[in-house]
Amino acid sequence: MALSAQQIPRWLNSIKLSSFMTALQLRKGFQRPGKTLFCGVFAQPHASSDDCFLQWGFRTYRTSSLWNSSQSTNSSRREINCAQSTLLPSVNELSQKTQNIPSLDSELSLEGLDDVPPLSPLQPISDEEAVQIIAGPPLPASSVTLRDYVDHSETLRKLVLLGVDLSKIEKHPDAANLLLRLDFEKDIKQMLLFLKDLGIEDTQLGPFLTKNYAIFSEDLENLKTRVAYLQSKNFSKADIAQMVRNAPFLLSFSVERLDNRLGFFQKELELSVKKTRDMVIRLPRLLTGSLEPVKENMKVFRLELGFQQNEIQHMITKIPKMLTANKRKLTETFDYVHNVMRVPHHIIVRFPQVFNTRLFKVKERHLFLAYLGRAQYDPTKPNYISLDKLVSVPDGIFCEGMAKASVQDFEKFLKTL
Amino acid sequence: MQASGMGSAGLARLQGLFAVYKPPGLKWKHLRDTVELQLLKGLNAGKLPAPKQRVRFLLGPVEGSEEKELTLTATRVPTLIDHPLVRGLAFTSLKVGVGHRLDSQASGVLVLGVGHGRGLLTDMYNAHLTKDYTVRGLLGKATDDFCEDGRLVEKTTYDHVTREKLDRILAVIQGSHQKALVMYSNLDLQTQEAYEMAVSGVIRPMNKSPMLITGIRCLQFAPPEFLLEVQCMHETQKQLRGLVHEIGLELKSTAVCTQVRRTRDGFFTLDDALLRTQWDLPSIQDAIQAAAPRVAAELEKSLRPWLGTQEPPGPGQPWDSERPHSALRPESHVGH
Repeated sequence: MALSAQQIPRWLNSIKLSSFMTALQLRKGFQRPGKTLFCGVFAQPHASSDDCFLQWGFRTYRTSSLWNSSQSTNSSRREINCAQSTLLPSVNELSQKTQNIPSLDSELSLEGLDDVPPLSPLQPISDEEAVQIIAGPPLPASSVTLRDYVDHSETLRKLVLLGVDLSKIEKHPDAANLLLRLDFEKDIKQMLLFLKDLGIEDTQLGPFLTKNYAIFSEDLENLKTRVAYLQSKNFSKADIAQMVRNAPFLLSFSVERLDNRLGFFQKELELSVKKTRDMVIRLPRLLTGSLEPVKENMKVFRLELGFQQNEIQHMITKIPKMLTANKRKLTETFDYVHNVMRVPHHIIVRFPQVFNTRLFKVKERHLFLAYLGRAQYDPTKPNYISLDKLVSVPDGIFCEGMAKASVQDFEKFLKTL
Repeated sequence: MQASGMGSAGLARLQGLFAVYKPPGLKWKHLRDTVELQLLKGLNAGKLPAPKQRVRFLLGPVEGSEEKELTLTATRVPTLIDHPLVRGLAFTSLKVGVGHRLDSQASGVLVLGVGHGRGLLTDMYNAHLTKDYTVRGLLGKATDDFCEDGRLVEKTTYDHVTREKLDRILAVIQGSHQKALVMYSNLDLQTQEAYEMAVSGVIRPMNKSPMLITGIRCLQFAPPEFLLEVQCMHETQKQLRGLVHEIGLELKSTAVCTQVRRTRDGFFTLDDALLRTQWDLPSIQDAIQAAAPRVAAELEKSLRPWLGTQEPPGPGQPWDSERPHSALRPESHVGH
């Protein structure tokens, strides 16, 4: 009866009734008295009505029966909208005595429980029993934030201590619902151990899970297959760990998709296998991002900017980010460097870092050098200033070393632009 | 909820006016958004708050009793409600206001206001202070939007243009705008105070008016380029470029404007303006503190009416007597 990841398909379209049994396991985080008192909420599913039950205590059960009976996406979408704000099974336990649902007692059958007769609130009880009633303020039935539940859920508490940013996850209601229903010991722990095996450090688990919270709905077997595939393509363990760290969604891609992406880059860029591998390790978001901008940028380099294929290959092996850069910014930077600074193509190819810096930096520094008469970018002539140093060094070194002026002079010059 | 110590103390020092230097090519809105992001980054970078606790009533055995009696006791247990990873960032938005705007091509001093300073922006606007610009022009061509990169309309020669002709035309412009200044300030010149003010040259309109130039002169003339310094009010940068175009026409040639740069906005000068590298929380806080006394004094002076018995404003600026002092209130005029 334990919840396993296979039973939660990715987008929460159907949840089987057995999953709600895990509500019992959430009790571990609470201080519990000896007696446990139910109000018989584990109902037999009725495949009767279509409308959303507003009584929150039963909403999920009714809807789950609907999902079982009619697997159409429409109805399940509607149910998700009905149960949009979170519905917490564990809330049931806190509110046993405070909630009284007499009308439904007769309808429900208490399956799998002892013969405990239903209790009435007017029945006198002893002092010890009275003390053992936990009647704290009830948890909100639905909420837009996980703050209300974090103190009452062991899963959430452990996730926060790991470093997962719940304030970001609560913006995705599906993910928040999923995390509330999962149990740390059974489901999350396995995934965390798998990630640690992969090579991700403890401190990096938090940011990783913040980005890719959907990994909990993935099948562990699938993930292992994908890692095996990457290893078969001669990615070392450390490489895979680095790639997963930098692109958290990498393992959520199926093997075919990863294969397609790698094939695309190899074909499109006409690079050797080793160079493609190095590039992908350096910038793994090439594999997870969209391919359209890459195709556009390749066309821009070839047709608009007029670089040869071997020049393009050299530039993107040095700066892979150029493949996903903004088309307009690329053309503006090239226009300024080539037409205003009069730097020819073969020198730009040697220093592609200019495409990775902000244009205003290039402009300001070039104008300062031009004002001082030191704007000389031809390596054959004296007083040559290399483009990579022009853009990458900090202001102090630029002023002292290349412009031979002080930083105050640079600032005064900037105020005359 | 309580912000971190750095945050709320930092916010307290972030109330007032400060000036930034807007570089050319940057839209004023993007600049404002960048400044807001940098301030938020600084405010959110405080130290972690102390872990909070909450009170819960827990069951436990009664002390001093041998039986297994249970009772509720109030205990403090740690809580994660205010943990930064649960609550999110303390500051998510900050209201930053912009004073007199600069368009995308223009550069120069741009006044911004944070917190209570945004109200002071309105006061600055109502003070109707003058602004200083340096305007660079290029003789020989005319374009449709008066900028150098616009669509070319006409090309002319400019050999006949001399410095004297230019100065003469600038003097004519200044004279005509002087008349307009007096007219738009709705003063009755028959009164003694109005006459004194007109003589000392501090008249300016305190309500809406078209662009008025209180002073204009040529700083450099090296044909085809020339550099003007313009002191004006109620202007837009496009009108200044149009002015360059008209000067070209008056010189029987054509001219386009290559640079519009604001050097002073009211009482904020180039020295007060912060460069892009200084758009962070500590620099902006220091700039606000440094400018605060001057802002308060100037705004108070501009709201006070200028009485004839007071000392007439001396030559504050090096080259002209136009100082942003108070003008007579419109209600003191007679008629209209």
